[in-house]
Amino acid sequence: MSTTEVVAHEVDKIPVEITVNGTVYRREVEPRLLLVQFIREDLRLTGTHIGCDTTYCGACTILLDGEPVKSCTMLAVQADGSDVQTVESLEKDGELHPLQTAFSENHGLQCGYCTPGMLMSSVALLAKNPNPSDKDIRKGIQGNLCRCTGYHNIFKSIEAAAAAMREE
Amino acid sequence: MSWVGKSLRRKEDDRLVRGHGLFTDDELGEGMLHLYILRSPYAHARINSIDTSAAEALPGVACVLTGKDVLEHCDPYMQLGPGPTAEILDYSLARDKALYQGEPVAAVAAETPQLAMDAGQLIDVDYDMLDAVMDVETALENEILVHDNIGTNQTWNGVYEYGDVDQAFADAAHVVKIDRLHFHRYSSTPLENNACVAEWTRHGEVEFLCNNNFAGFAKQLLAPGLRLPIEKIRVRTFDVGGAFGNKIWNYVYMALCALASKKTGGRRVKWSEIRTEHLLASGHGNERTYLDTEVALDGDGVITAIRSRHLDDCGAYTRYEPLGCVIFSQVLAATYKLRNIRIEMTQAVTNKCPVVPNRGYSRMQQLWFMERVVDICAHELGIPADEMRLKNYITDFPYETPNGCVYDSGDYPKMLDMAKELVEWDKWVAYRDEARAAGRHVGIGIGTTLDSGTNNFGQAQIMNPYLPFSGNAEACIIRLDFDGAVVVTLGTGPSGQGHETSASQVVADELNIDPAMVTVRSGFDTNWNTFVGHSGSYASQFAVTGLSAVHGACQKLKAEMRQLAAFMLEASEEDLVLGVGDEGPELRVKGTDKFVNYWAMSNIVNNNNAVLQGELPDVTLNVRHVYRPPFKVPDVEKKFGNLTLTYAAQLHIAVVEIDPATSRVEIKAYAAVDDCGTVINPQIAHGQVHGATVHGIGAAIMESFDYDETGNLLTSTFSDYCPITSVNTPDIAYGNIETPSPFSYNGAKGMGEGGGAPVHTMSAAVQDALHGAGVIVTDSFTSPPRVFDMIRNPNRETAVSVDSR
Repeated sequence: MSTTEVVAHEVDKIPVEITVNGTVYRREVEPRLLLVQFIREDLRLTGTHIGCDTTYCGACTILLDGEPVKSCTMLAVQADGSDVQTVESLEKDGELHPLQTAFSENHGLQCGYCTPGMLMSSVALLAKNPNPSDKDIRKGIQGNLCRCTGYHNIFKSIEAAAAAMREE
Repeated sequence: MSWVGKSLRRKEDDRLVRGHGLFTDDELGEGMLHLYILRSPYAHARINSIDTSAAEALPGVACVLTGKDVLEHCDPYMQLGPGPTAEILDYSLARDKALYQGEPVAAVAAETPQLAMDAGQLIDVDYDMLDAVMDVETALENEILVHDNIGTNQTWNGVYEYGDVDQAFADAAHVVKIDRLHFHRYSSTPLENNACVAEWTRHGEVEFLCNNNFAGFAKQLLAPGLRLPIEKIRVRTFDVGGAFGNKIWNYVYMALCALASKKTGGRRVKWSEIRTEHLLASGHGNERTYLDTEVALDGDGVITAIRSRHLDDCGAYTRYEPLGCVIFSQVLAATYKLRNIRIEMTQAVTNKCPVVPNRGYSRMQQLWFMERVVDICAHELGIPADEMRLKNYITDFPYETPNGCVYDSGDYPKMLDMAKELVEWDKWVAYRDEARAAGRHVGIGIGTTLDSGTNNFGQAQIMNPYLPFSGNAEACIIRLDFDGAVVVTLGTGPSGQGHETSASQVVADELNIDPAMVTVRSGFDTNWNTFVGHSGSYASQFAVTGLSAVHGACQKLKAEMRQLAAFMLEASEEDLVLGVGDEGPELRVKGTDKFVNYWAMSNIVNNNNAVLQGELPDVTLNVRHVYRPPFKVPDVEKKFGNLTLTYAAQLHIAVVEIDPATSRVEIKAYAAVDDCGTVINPQIAHGQVHGATVHGIGAAIMESFDYDETGNLLTSTFSDYCPITSVNTPDIAYGNIETPSPFSYNGAKGMGEGGGAPVHTMSAAVQDALHGAGVIVTDSFTSPPRVFDMIRNPNRETAVSVDSR
């Protein structure tokens, strides 16, 4: 028996214009290029990570026009004309975002691989719900896996950041 | 003022929260080739031919590798096992047979990852599917051989016998027989997959950037595999996105990248595993079956003896095995004081993914077994689970176990008390009894476990007397840079455990400075870090081996600084005090304004040494220390000796209720009490406990590598494997006690693996919920379908019997 499948063929590139962290990028991309590959490999913003390739783990979460999106399950061409924010956008003028500070102060990260995706989901959660309950927080990051912390310090971090942001 | 013991914010976080970590996949150098690995779709198949011509013809493909290439350029990896096991031929690609689903069969290096994948699809492999051996008992019948050349599937067999087992059974008041228990396959699946970049340089060296968490060991395996001297292999790591032991054997992929680099004239070759590859083929935790278990007890419910046969399924290759066949004996009788034990341990290969050390490696399987034994005996004899434990716990420390291990310290009854209080035991007992009266299934389970840390590698000789390993060690270099900055390099390659922070806390205390003044180098590089053969991040040991090395290096640096400062200040060494003055870290003549700061000392040694006039030739302010724990080589014949230095303990209690509609095990309350001796950084220790607890809960009720009978992995994506998420995680009431280890300089015990405590605890709780319905929990996996089956097919009649005299 044979396992051959013929799939390789030449493909035309498609022009896209995507704003990432405030900068407009005009590139030509293969239609199959994933948004996460565009962000990581074309733009070299490697803070956005890949953990599962199947929309389960959320390590690749970015904000697309303000909504959290798993960038491993979206094509770069689908993001044409959109505004993308990645973890690299959170620090402003050398000041960490309150979520970044809270994750560090509350030990909301160990290996740090899930952290960028966790932060972006949390940014989206707090934008919609500045005073989330424990249940809201759990639901807000249920699409983000962490294999190190057991989540509890992440809940604490988001709670602390929410409190700090409400005071601002 | 002590920095050790404080929840210092981690140094690592500054880069990680910004997305500025450097994980291997973040390496995006220009001109790299990308490797795609074509894997066997079958668990067991003869490879008749491989046609790579179409793939090689695709523009952008640089090289295609098959089994022929590894035979031509590589030697099989060193095997640890004795006898026929040593003859297992393990290469980075299959040769004439594929031995598990997902085994690499061919590899393509191309200009982009997409092209490499395209080319991989053009490789035509002609297979003949063979019957697969999918369980350890069938494997031991040897009717189908996994490795034809060794003539057997058995990779190890040995008997661990201590005390007078037969007499204990003759004297027993009760004998409880347990037909069969099974510990399931799962792994902690770090969120970062395996990854590697390799370059076979024009100087004939191979440089790796990778996420292997035991780089010193990987070097020793890679060099002979690639037919190179060890010094020609350079392994670098930086940030590692979780490892949990799993990344120890990604050297098979590292070698493949190296070979592709060699064949393409030294181009850098990158490989990033995708999640399905990780679940199929990057290593599963050890699966174990326990047969014919018999337990002798006296009239008070004190266990006096155990005999049992344990069968370990190590998957298709032995790799780090059969070490697990010895490592379990670090915790042979767990936290219990019985002295008469006979366990026959046998291991076999099957057509499944090879196993790899996974958080709690091999000890967890033994601890689960012992906790099952204790709970089944308690239920069958009508003794409450907490009382049963109090009757049987070891209470005097240091305690020498029947096989010569020395438990350093502990207080299990105190931990039980604390856990009961945290979980609100009395309240839940009342709830359970009311619920039961109403026909609902509610259970309370206790899990007591050990996290044995700092291995004595001499135990490897119990597995194979010819292995030249024993003891343990870790290394550290501390030096003053030109500006007086304190710079530390470690032998370990951490993956989230915060070594940079903990090490700086120790240094700060020793030099009486602030941890912010200490730079602990991130990442690890075999060319430039100091290390020994045992160096790495594994087996719960950094707090003991790593920090002892740091502590020792600090003593040497202090001695040198005192000598130098005394010379410079024309003072006596005894009058000097370390501290921080207006000009930074310094040594000062006590009670005077005479001082010298670190910059001045470093400058004299590094830039201005003529002022020394030939004095102090040994002072370099750049010192290395290797810590070696006080181990002896075990008695191989008797399988007797101290196998680990420290024994951290965990005591967990879970309250569960089984949903009558879905059979889901709902956790109503959970308490985790930890004892890792003296705590270096409470927040980090607490984080490790939480992480290990949630891992274990996921393993108990959600995560399992399930194969069908032909060897298809049924849980090969995260959507099927279902790692535990934020909404499945229960609240955890955390507590800790500190029984300092008398065997480490700082009283710390290695920790982080958590002994698999939640797996034992959840099994115990589910059994408590269902024992009244005639159920004995005999499998560590209690997912809803499993629980549904258990309730429909009560097994108590066949699973267990009690013979009371």
